[in-house]
Amino acid sequence: MKNLFKISIGFLVIAIAFTSCNDGKSSKSNGALSSNAAEKVYVAPGEHDEFYAFISGGFSGQLSVYGLPSGRLFKVIPVFSQDAEKAYGYNEETKPMLNTSHGFVPWDDAHHPDISQTNGEIDGRWVFINGNNTPRIAKIDLSTFETTEIIEIPNSAGNHSSSFVTENTEYVVAGTRFSVPIPQRDMPIKDYKGNFKGSLSFISVDPDDGRMDIKFQLIMPGFDYDLSHPGRGKSHGWFFFTTYNTEEASTLMEVNSSQNDKDFIAAVNWKKIEEYVNNGGGEMMPANYAHNVYDEETHTATSTMKKEVRVVNPLDVPGAVYFLPTPKSPHGCDVDPTGEYIVGNGKLSANLTVHSFTKMLSAIENKKFAGEAYGIPILNFEDVLAGSVEQPGLGPLHTEFDGKGNAYTTFFISSEVVKWKLGTWEVVDRQPCYYSVGHLMIPGGNSQKPFGKYVVAMNKITKDRYLPTGPEVTQSAQLYDISGDKMELLLDFPTIGEPHYAAGCPADLIKPRSKKIFNLEDNKHPYAAKSEADTKVVRSGNIVHVYMTTIRSHFSPDNIEGIRVGDKVYFHVTNLEQDYDVPHGISMIGANTSELLIMPGQTETFLWEPKQVGVWPFYCTDFCSALHQEMQGYVRVSAANANTPLKWSLGEDIE
Amino acid sequence: MKKSNIIMLLAAILPLGLFLFPLWKITLEAPQYPTPLGMYIHINDFSDANPHDIKNINLMNHYVGMKYIPDAIPEFKIFPAGIIITTIIGVIIAFFGNYKWFLYWFILMILLSSAGLYDFYLWEHDYGHNLDPKAIMKFTNPDGTQMGFQPPLFGSKDILNFKAHSYPRLGTLFLALGIATSFIAYLVGKKKHNKKLTM
Repeated sequence: MKNLFKISIGFLVIAIAFTSCNDGKSSKSNGALSSNAAEKVYVAPGEHDEFYAFISGGFSGQLSVYGLPSGRLFKVIPVFSQDAEKAYGYNEETKPMLNTSHGFVPWDDAHHPDISQTNGEIDGRWVFINGNNTPRIAKIDLSTFETTEIIEIPNSAGNHSSSFVTENTEYVVAGTRFSVPIPQRDMPIKDYKGNFKGSLSFISVDPDDGRMDIKFQLIMPGFDYDLSHPGRGKSHGWFFFTTYNTEEASTLMEVNSSQNDKDFIAAVNWKKIEEYVNNGGGEMMPANYAHNVYDEETHTATSTMKKEVRVVNPLDVPGAVYFLPTPKSPHGCDVDPTGEYIVGNGKLSANLTVHSFTKMLSAIENKKFAGEAYGIPILNFEDVLAGSVEQPGLGPLHTEFDGKGNAYTTFFISSEVVKWKLGTWEVVDRQPCYYSVGHLMIPGGNSQKPFGKYVVAMNKITKDRYLPTGPEVTQSAQLYDISGDKMELLLDFPTIGEPHYAAGCPADLIKPRSKKIFNLEDNKHPYAAKSEADTKVVRSGNIVHVYMTTIRSHFSPDNIEGIRVGDKVYFHVTNLEQDYDVPHGISMIGANTSELLIMPGQTETFLWEPKQVGVWPFYCTDFCSALHQEMQGYVRVSAANANTPLKWSLGEDIE
Repeated sequence: MKKSNIIMLLAAILPLGLFLFPLWKITLEAPQYPTPLGMYIHINDFSDANPHDIKNINLMNHYVGMKYIPDAIPEFKIFPAGIIITTIIGVIIAFFGNYKWFLYWFILMILLSSAGLYDFYLWEHDYGHNLDPKAIMKFTNPDGTQMGFQPPLFGSKDILNFKAHSYPRLGTLFLALGIATSFIAYLVGKKKHNKKLTM
């Protein structure tokens, strides 16, 4: 009977959504004339956007960089997937970035970018993003827009409640969606309950160079830790994780993990655990995980396997973890800019639940517990509830804040963004999304200081929004103006892969620090040739190292002889240019790898294993200059047993 | 010390500003260079307006066969010595000389500066016309003669896709002020002298 009631409400809301959708369309045609949406997203040629938006690439494994309000794509930063265009994961320098305990993994599923913060405000130094499939956290340096560090997360699977940073970037946090045996072992799947565990990893970030290190892993009961957000302001020092599958099912999850009326938000007092760990608490557990670091001066990544990790049993730190009952498999876990309200977006619930941090603290102080789960105290739902937004839509997923007392929640099933007021919980406005929105982003959304001018909705379904491109169509984002009382749809723009979360900030935070070139003087690559005088070809056994340079418009050397079939030839190519936007590329006929795309002052290496006798050309792959077409060279390959002397030259015939 | 001699002392010292500020600046504008390429000419050095500008000017110029801008030229030794010597002479004149000597110093400086400018012109002319016969791109004037790429001595000029600007900088202003001040010293000294005569 109750279900019937819910379903009928569901239909009613869908009906309302569809009606309002139609209304929206008709008012949009008027609105476009009166409000001039086109003008609001128009960035004149040569002018710059007001905001950067870093939009996750989802199953592309990458991170895209857009400008707002124009919705123009500037760059796709390779993070977890090989990128032949930029030689990421193909050249010798960046292959170690994709090393893991499972070997070389050329792909991942990139979900939740988050920009580093200082004093609760976005500082624009780094973006962190999680690899969901083979659990990893990557750091992208926003002075070069390149991935400079990737750390694998042991004892984790489905690294989804990640990678959110605390107020001073003390930690970037990574939680487990799929609980697993910890440590991994051979055991029956049906024995999941009580035996599988979920780890919540707190990765410290060095305040100077951003170096990541797993400070501790909290080994929690075997639920699915879905999403998380840090406390801020008054709740700084806490971290909140939504959970589902508190049923601890391991099969037909769509039914079996949707049975409990309420799941939990886990509130973790990380300051308390940090103190415990600093005093020697927790224990070192054998592990095996990769830590890959890219050095900007050697232009080279190194991968180190780490052999242990500090784990903490929550029961050993009394008062560190509490469960807040939250209806129906909550997905997004969002904290408002003041740090008081914790929104649990119960994706199967008709209402949106908001918890109060203050009420949570007093319930803890009064020890008012409803029970416990595996020894962790459960608070009373009523004691921590700040309020709920009554029937705002269907399928709430994520909430962002504008810093003016309003919250914006996405509803997947009813396909809309709903604006509501914190404190009064009243719905103020709703706008349709095309279609089935997932995450949304307000620049600065995960901080004390959001820039509440625009919201970007990232949709899961595109269908007919753009010119069709066969069965597979682009993903779609939508930009809304939220500066007024009512939201206004301004723009649709296509996105790469499948965007999950995004992070945005004012362009002025990043623009002045963006590097134009790498200083050749600072290049410490072991195989760099910093001038044409330093170029050479060196053989040891069947390994040949070519120290090569590029400058408009030639390679040095551009004639090489004495290479033999069966050699492993490493082309170490240094771009001698020191001018903005003058990269050179290089590729060799038959090389079993990608081209190189070398920025000014940088050295990159590709491997070529010649298999046939002959004279084989290579050329510049980036239209670098007026003489680009002339930027080419030849390598003479002799038989494996030939005695052709090793020689190289530029501008003269090899004698 | 007489007023005119004090003015002369100032005149003698002012050209030392050349050791603090550049003499000249050549700027090259082109659509591909939203930040123009630029080179400062100091009394003893060439320097980049922005990092690596000279390297990038050389890279551009090699297409039309122009020589690289040298790291050092003999003038970098001669000019500073000239300024130091003339300053010492000026200071000695300021202490011991009369207005007539101020005028001689003024004339000396005008001559030396003109010689310096002419030398600069000759270098520019050579730089812009003495091209590598194997130049990648060869351009000719409408009358069939080889096109030169000499930047202007003073002012602005279109050279292929570039617009070149060449203007004096603060160092030159100090030199010019020094020279002008010596003439003022001469006038003041002469007036005083004439006054004395009439009295």
